[in-house]
Amino acid sequence: MMAQEKIVPITMPKWGLSMTEGKVVGWLIDEGRELKPGDPVMDIETEKIANTFEALDAGTLRRKIATADDVLPIGALLGVMAPAGVSDADVDAFVTEFQASYVPPAVEEGDTGPIYHWVEVAGTRLRHARAGDAGPAVVLIHGFGGDCDNWLFNQDALAAHAQVHTLDLPGHGQSAKAVGDGSVATLARAVLGFMDAVGIASAHLVGHSLGGAIAIQCAAMAPERVKSLSLIAPAGLGVDINGDYLRGFISAESRRDLKPLLQQLVANPDLVNRQMIDDMLKFKRLDGVTDALTTVASAMVDGNAQKATLRDALGNVGCPVQIIWGVADRIIPIAQADGLPPSVEVHKIDGAGHLPHLEAASVVNALLVAMVERAR
Amino acid sequence: MARKILFQQAINEALDQEMARDSSVIVMGEDVVGGTGGNGEMDAWGGVLGVTKGLYGKYGDRIMDTPISESAFVGAAIGAATCGLRPVCELMFIDFLGVCFDQIYNQAAKFRYMFGGKAKTPVVIRTMIGAGFRAAAQHSQCLYPIFTHIPGLKVVIPSSPYEAKGLLIQAIRDDDPVIFCEHKALYAMEGEVPDESYTIPFGEANIVREGSDVTIVALARMVGFAQKAAATLAKEGISCEIIDPRTTSPLDEDTILESVENTGRLVIVDEASPRCGMAADIAAMVAQKGFASLQAPIAMVTPPHTPVPFSGVLEDLYIPGPARIEAAVRNVAEYA
Amino acid sequence: MALSREDLLEAYRRMKTIREFEERVHVEFAKGGIPGFVHLYAGEEASAAGVCMNLTDDDKIASTHRGHGHCIGKGVDVHGMMAEIYGKRTGTCRGKGGSMHIADLDTGMLGANGIVGGGPPLVCGAALAAKIKGTGGVAVAFFGDGASNQGTTFESMNLASVWKLPAIFVAENNGYAEATAAKFSVSCEDISTRAAGFGMPGVTVDGHDFFAVYDAMREAVERARGGGGPTLVEVKLDRFFGHFEGDNQNYRAPDEVKHVREQKDCIRRFARRVTSEHDIAEQELAAIDDEVAKLIDDAVAQALAAPDPLPADLTTDVYIKY
Repeated sequence: MMAQEKIVPITMPKWGLSMTEGKVVGWLIDEGRELKPGDPVMDIETEKIANTFEALDAGTLRRKIATADDVLPIGALLGVMAPAGVSDADVDAFVTEFQASYVPPAVEEGDTGPIYHWVEVAGTRLRHARAGDAGPAVVLIHGFGGDCDNWLFNQDALAAHAQVHTLDLPGHGQSAKAVGDGSVATLARAVLGFMDAVGIASAHLVGHSLGGAIAIQCAAMAPERVKSLSLIAPAGLGVDINGDYLRGFISAESRRDLKPLLQQLVANPDLVNRQMIDDMLKFKRLDGVTDALTTVASAMVDGNAQKATLRDALGNVGCPVQIIWGVADRIIPIAQADGLPPSVEVHKIDGAGHLPHLEAASVVNALLVAMVERAR
Repeated sequence: MARKILFQQAINEALDQEMARDSSVIVMGEDVVGGTGGNGEMDAWGGVLGVTKGLYGKYGDRIMDTPISESAFVGAAIGAATCGLRPVCELMFIDFLGVCFDQIYNQAAKFRYMFGGKAKTPVVIRTMIGAGFRAAAQHSQCLYPIFTHIPGLKVVIPSSPYEAKGLLIQAIRDDDPVIFCEHKALYAMEGEVPDESYTIPFGEANIVREGSDVTIVALARMVGFAQKAAATLAKEGISCEIIDPRTTSPLDEDTILESVENTGRLVIVDEASPRCGMAADIAAMVAQKGFASLQAPIAMVTPPHTPVPFSGVLEDLYIPGPARIEAAVRNVAEYA
Repeated sequence: MALSREDLLEAYRRMKTIREFEERVHVEFAKGGIPGFVHLYAGEEASAAGVCMNLTDDDKIASTHRGHGHCIGKGVDVHGMMAEIYGKRTGTCRGKGGSMHIADLDTGMLGANGIVGGGPPLVCGAALAAKIKGTGGVAVAFFGDGASNQGTTFESMNLASVWKLPAIFVAENNGYAEATAAKFSVSCEDISTRAAGFGMPGVTVDGHDFFAVYDAMREAVERARGGGGPTLVEVKLDRFFGHFEGDNQNYRAPDEVKHVREQKDCIRRFARRVTSEHDIAEQELAAIDDEVAKLIDDAVAQALAAPDPLPADLTTDVYIKY
């Protein structure tokens, strides 16, 4: 049975709360290839998104089980990794045993969705979700125009180490569309209010873009409640911002308008599929969204310049801080990660745009987990 | 994942939310309250199939039963629309257009043009379409091509609960007259629908499924049938792209043409009669504007050119189903 | 409420304007300058004026293919109307409607109508809007003896009665539906008797007598504004011209029109009465005659000089947004 212990299954990942199955688009590697964590393995498409599935473990791909166009439930066997010394017979035996014992997760009729909750914060109804039961609290704060589901590729990886909370900011996702003055401070108060409402005394904050600025603001307003900051392509650290993107995003009314805009978010434009665009349009077409986004954007940006800087605030933050930025970011230039206090760790991610947590999920997840573990 | 409700609940919710938002929105039609003047409950029915149930309790006199006088009340809805209200008028079955058509196509449709751009007629006429209920020739038709033919009208045909709510809210807020066609076989369909109000713009087709071999254009109930066919065909290695135009007037020609540009093959599925129907119309459009992309003749999957029969045996033969769609797709896919 | 001197002069001005307008269109049509179908209202002026003198700008009317009189009665701009009849870009409908489709929603004129019986359902809607919005407004459906036989008219009278709408149905019975006599095509002596079947009051008045029309209408409007529901007012009158311009009227007796013009001219009858009973001088009326003549001259001259629609106008105004 020594051999079996070295055999590692590659299984259908669970990307986000709502994923129950995925479709194999195609393998990106051949059998015999050595993998390290983060190496691309195959393209998988879900009803929400298409993305590249990256290796979680190191090893050698010995067997491809799934083939293109297979639609498989989460946890289903896609392939097998094992060192060269393991015999084909042992691999076969492993596969047989796995398939015999594999039970697809039950999908209850009428209750296939993830469990979202709503909470009232200062009169505003906010949607949120939670993954993971044990460990410190982590709050993931999405960016402009985003929602809970932006953390599809991150929340489950973190949930093994922490209680992971996601929320839809005011004006976003399925939260109420009232945003007050739409300022970063107002949104930061909403996040702190959310933490009060769900009983989080203090948390590791992870913020993307606008959510990054909000996270810094939270740390400035309530330092005792913030254990660490992980800022992904954060707003608030410099002047330049792609204001044309923001305005275009607000005014886009159709798939045709929206697609080229969303493609600016990522280094690989193929990531922007029909479902992602449709979901974004569905959000944008809710009553009140255009007004909410307009208010938030005008509070933040004037032309192609950010109105306020949080550089000083970040310098004064006492907790550990790391910055994660895609080298190919076309929304907020990565140069704004330079010149920060030496205590701030900066991780520049090659091959990623403004959404490194999606485009280089395993690298970013490792950094996020490391921060949580270190700053416990 | 959003909450799931039925198609007919989505319609009710759209009416409810718009009536709450805008006091100029009123609802009228035969039995939409469903009990006015009787000795029993006031809103006993709430629509012949219960679609408007509960609105009377909330909005009282803003939802009104009418005599069975389609010309009068459809015309009244149109007249009220020119005078500042936003009436949603229910023509119970589209088959009844014969007894009120003048008010729709000679009056509502033409006011703005005839009056030199000075009229605004924000009326919605909700009406049931479609076969499948053994309701025979006068309660089962898909007459939307007739309305699509008339300049000045907009024609909306939702295929899911999400579409139903967003398109109806758009219809109510729209300043032009809108014919809103609800396929009665879809009322019990369940789907994800945001509880907030939202709109879906007219003239934007939905790409229901992406594919590379054959484009299927389908409307209303045919969208679901096309999805079933596409799932079967996928196992045979034929990849179908399904496009639901959602509105036939305006029609999103670009999305259809772009898809045909990629696939080179087109099947149009339409429950309306084949002559001068949407299938013929879209086929003609693609033949004119997308000829260079076509690698096979365009196929139309429609009922035969007959009235809708009563007998279940015959009606099942009449309605285009997944098997006929599959056959048509295989045909165009194999065409060399 | 008695009519003031000013009201009477205004009523005269409206009737005279209609008459001059129609007589002139008759002449101009014969010259060949006016395209399409034109149906003239001359002879029926007391009806339009008697009804509309009871209405405000907030009240609505729906008219018929014979609609010029109703337009002028309700206050639609005469220059715009004349230009429209000539199909000019400066017309009320920018040359896209023509004689049969003149409408001016700002003055409450919901449109002449090419469809016989097209208006009554729309009037139910206008009345419903007034009722729901609580404006106190009323809506009037003008229709002829021909439309009195249309199902839409019956349906509308029933609906107005069922919903207790502030609607008034004015049946202008000029004795002919196109060339077919009402004596043949209308199954009852007085159209107003049909009101009983719809549970509303009905009255028949002499349409050559402005005061008779005005008084009957005043009662109907008061009832409607007070929440008492609809009324059917039948106005019996005669037209001076044919069904449309070009109609040789050989379905009428040879001296019928001559007799009508000489014996039943509502404007002359009105003038006689106001000069004898209401302290109005003939010179005052003559002054109005002069002003009206100048107005119509000017309207025709402007219409003739006005530009045609532009080719681009062909495809505009179909939708508000498409």
